[in-house]
Amino acid sequence: MNERLGDWLGSVGVLAALVAMWWVASSAGWVSRVFLPTPQATLASLAEGLNLGGGGNGELLSFTLATVSRMLLGWLLASLFGVLLGAAIGVSPGVRAWVQPTLEFIRPLPASALLPLAISIFGLNPAMVLFVVAFGAMWPVLLATVHGFAAVEPRLSEVARCLQMPRAAFVWKIGLPNAMPDILAGMRLSMTISLIVAVVGEMIASQSGLGQAILLAARAFRASELFAGIVLLGLIGFTSNALLSIAEKKLLRWQQP
Amino acid sequence: MTEHVVVVRAAAPPEARRRTHGWLALLRPWAFPFVLLGLYEAYARRAAALGSEALAPPSAALKALATAAADGSLWQATGFTLGTAAIGLLLGAVLGVSLGIALGLSRRAARLSLLSIEVLRPVPSVALIPLAMLMFGFGVRMELAIVAFATFWPMLILVQSAVQQVEPRLLEVSRVLGLSARQRAWKIVLPAVVPRLFVALRLGVAVALVVAVTVEIAANPNGMGYAMMIAQQSFDPALMLGWLGWIGGVGFVINAAMLRLQRAVARRMGAAP
Repeated sequence: MNERLGDWLGSVGVLAALVAMWWVASSAGWVSRVFLPTPQATLASLAEGLNLGGGGNGELLSFTLATVSRMLLGWLLASLFGVLLGAAIGVSPGVRAWVQPTLEFIRPLPASALLPLAISIFGLNPAMVLFVVAFGAMWPVLLATVHGFAAVEPRLSEVARCLQMPRAAFVWKIGLPNAMPDILAGMRLSMTISLIVAVVGEMIASQSGLGQAILLAARAFRASELFAGIVLLGLIGFTSNALLSIAEKKLLRWQQP
Repeated sequence: MTEHVVVVRAAAPPEARRRTHGWLALLRPWAFPFVLLGLYEAYARRAAALGSEALAPPSAALKALATAAADGSLWQATGFTLGTAAIGLLLGAVLGVSLGIALGLSRRAARLSLLSIEVLRPVPSVALIPLAMLMFGFGVRMELAIVAFATFWPMLILVQSAVQQVEPRLLEVSRVLGLSARQRAWKIVLPAVVPRLFVALRLGVAVALVVAVTVEIAANPNGMGYAMMIAQQSFDPALMLGWLGWIGGVGFVINAAMLRLQRAVARRMGAAP
């Protein structure tokens, strides 16, 4: 126990040392303050933007909420459609054989490459960004679901056939539980993609959110606000990832021997 | 980009493939996309006849792509994106692999740096686009920096876990032989992790390509992503669709090649694929 506490303290110490290096480098002017603000300035920008002291404008708070809701909504849509489509494709070996090569072809396509296409079809609006977020984040879940269904133990499929289980029951009782670890891993990846595409979408479609905020801050050479935005985006990534990995552990507890 | 390491196994189940034989099985992967493209072609032709500026039929996209190939802009933009992605990946990989080996060999160092890594890693790489713009301006350097940042983390994590799984007896042997830390890294650890190194490299290539195109779409006025943005902004849906298909095709070919390379290495080094 004592050793673990020591490690934890050491770990905090390393992080503190990194921040101290940042502080020295920016305060002493080793790196131009045009792009490296001091930690205090970043904190001040954060406090003002989030309205922590009561005197700020709270702008960053609303941007953060906008980005987070875009990310979450896109992710939920992506997970829903990914699992539905994945189950529909995965449940039948025939469909799988015909469709899967196409899916594998689309998979490496960068999600943000769909933005220009979506802009020309839907125009510059929040729904367009949401569509691209959901579409881009859908692939990991979809492919993971298909894979999970493909990897069902053949004997289980035989049992289902012997019991004359209807297809819906097979999906619900055998397919989905079997695909669950794959789906959850895919959902984690898709959360990361959601955040990235949401930020890129805000940048190029000028939708209000952290992506637009940091781009404008950089164009106006307001480095402390830029860093405040980056810190917030890092926090969003960290929190969503941590929550998902906790959820994953809880949901997969039944798999542990 | 804070990619998580998800190894989605790509292959369709072999028994499904073996059942149909001959040329039919070879054609089957192409049937579904061709039906889709055909439907889209018909739809887009009708839309274009009604004066749509958003949709172009795939045949027009192919024609636009051929024009771009003839005037050289296709190769120039592709070369820029691939070159930048490759150099950025090289930077990220060199840093990630060396730090990964160091942290993999010393449990203590790994524990001490855990918090810092967990705090820095989730920062989405695209969040650094404005910062890189401010530091380097537009051009190769900003894209390099972001690709290197994005590929650094998965390389670091994968290499670290690969090194931690090196047979402990090998390390004991190296200690008995009195090898120095550097000799241990070069003679024992590196050869032992080569197969996993290539798994990490394959993931790194995929990340580098995606990030490079994303940076070009969001900010950097160079390369394939920018060419596509420009086609959209100048209301040239055929060229834009052509670029989309080209980016997808290039990505697919490179990823497939990396997968083959990784499997070949794994076979030669005698590890499970």
